[in-house]
Amino acid sequence: MMNYEALLTETAWADDRFVVMTAENRALVRNMPATLGNRFIDTGITEQTMIGAAAGLALRGRTPVIHALAAFLTMRAYEFVRTDLGIANLPGKLSGFIPGFLSDANGPTHQAIEDVAIMRGIPNMTVFAPADEDDLLKMMPAIWASPNPAYTRINTRKTNYVHAPFELGKAEVVSNGKDVTILTYGLMFEQAMIAAEILEAEGLLVGVVNMRSLKPVDENAILNAAASDLVVTLEDHFVTGGLYSIVAETLLKHRTTANVLPIALNEKWFRPALLPDVLQYEGFTGKQIAERILGYQTAGDQPLILANEFAE
Amino acid sequence: MDSTQNYNPEQLTATAFKVREHIIRMSTDGGCFIGASLSAVDLIVYLYNNFLNITADNLDDENRDYLFLSKGHDVPALYGTLAELGILETERLQNHLSINDHIYWHPNTKIPGIEFHSGSLGHLPSVAIGVAMDIKLRGGNNKVICILGDGELNEGTCWEAMLVANAYKLDNLIFVVDRNQFQANIRTEELIPLEPLADKFAAFGAAVKRIDGHNFDALHEAFSAYPFHPGKPNVVIADTMRGKGLPSIQERADRWFCNFSGDEIDQLLLELHGNHTTQLTSETLIVR
Repeated sequence: MMNYEALLTETAWADDRFVVMTAENRALVRNMPATLGNRFIDTGITEQTMIGAAAGLALRGRTPVIHALAAFLTMRAYEFVRTDLGIANLPGKLSGFIPGFLSDANGPTHQAIEDVAIMRGIPNMTVFAPADEDDLLKMMPAIWASPNPAYTRINTRKTNYVHAPFELGKAEVVSNGKDVTILTYGLMFEQAMIAAEILEAEGLLVGVVNMRSLKPVDENAILNAAASDLVVTLEDHFVTGGLYSIVAETLLKHRTTANVLPIALNEKWFRPALLPDVLQYEGFTGKQIAERILGYQTAGDQPLILANEFAE
Repeated sequence: MDSTQNYNPEQLTATAFKVREHIIRMSTDGGCFIGASLSAVDLIVYLYNNFLNITADNLDDENRDYLFLSKGHDVPALYGTLAELGILETERLQNHLSINDHIYWHPNTKIPGIEFHSGSLGHLPSVAIGVAMDIKLRGGNNKVICILGDGELNEGTCWEAMLVANAYKLDNLIFVVDRNQFQANIRTEELIPLEPLADKFAAFGAAVKRIDGHNFDALHEAFSAYPFHPGKPNVVIADTMRGKGLPSIQERADRWFCNFSGDEIDQLLLELHGNHTTQLTSETLIVR
């Protein structure tokens, strides 16, 4: 059965530049010590040291594929990622597990919901977010083969959707919409598809775009979406620095404008519980998303800074 | 009230038993870090009942003691202990993982008695030294405990905090290491060896005691000697066993986080009482 671990094993067997690293978080690579031998390196619970060591390995021509929980990989080791991989432009491939809502009942310490913002802020760093396991498997070969450092928001959820082939810097345009286009990435793709179905039943022409490659980003996909009456940016990330910001930057760069409804986490960590309850409570089910889109009226739907709503 | 006056090992054993029952009940319908929690039960029960000046009535008193749970996976043991102390309503334990409460996989301050959130390892040693510094600045006598996991000691910030605690002579601070010999998935000595651990802490300037973390007499003897040495931060290495109390999960790397069926919970409760061997099926285990 092909899954993330099988694909990585196959890749590492075919190319001995690959080393697989973890800071004692083996959920994705549990069988690799047995299959990869001494090219599997577990540095213990030491995210910063692991990134520094990855840079050292990359200096010697290796391609380290680096595993930890997304929150700790991106934030605890941030300066090491920026300084050791970013400044040197070394091909460290960061695989962040349980990003966004996927950390469900872990609580705010484990919520990687600023990861897109901070990782795309590093020069040379590329950023990717697969919609599900099929998308992940289609994306990783190109990401691992590229010469740059890369951060992937790992998502191993199984869905029935069969994705298009992947190309760095290109979005997957599922459908074009005249009334509404939903731009999304990662876990929220599933809910975007549900929302689109509900909206189409209401007679709207709806587009759905799986952004996949957040940096480099597909500017044409964003500009095409801007031709719709309404653009929705849907993400399990803070509204600051994620897809909403990427769309805003892209539109301004091309001196164009659009009606944009951001659906994201607005200045608060999400309420911890099991995933279906989190989606419902935070208003991110396909049905709730469709209702918000149907209720869209004016620029009054733009995000406000909400002060007293932290989960902690 | 000085809780150290009421040392009663039979009572402590009974309380620890109840806390273990609470933990077992939390390991279903989504599960919890049961293996990681059970090693710390005796330690946490002892500290709250016989060492720390923390009660349901003094949580707002700045002269009370502090316990920081840096090893967040132990939090079911803390939830259970706070419930037995009457600080947390016992009924709320049934809300584990509910969107309507805040009883989830890592500590947070919406639970009365929990001082600070944790879950990202190696943070609370430095938060604890800040609190201990302020107590020194104000001339207070409160004690500050920080419970660390042994796997957590991989994080460099634990050792940075130890350097600072030594520099500032924080003898009101006690780092307690829940030395259950496991990282998350692997034995510490197989992956990133820590021994000789007591020597390491001593070399960083601490006064160190190493004891059996499941033996109340040993815990009582060690903590009764606080402060261990004037001007030195205190370290207690509590040798413990992951999954203590349940032979079917004890000392097993693959039973760190578990999500059991209702039937298995019933069997585990019987097993805790010593008259049953649970037949667990691997399908019900989720190792994160």
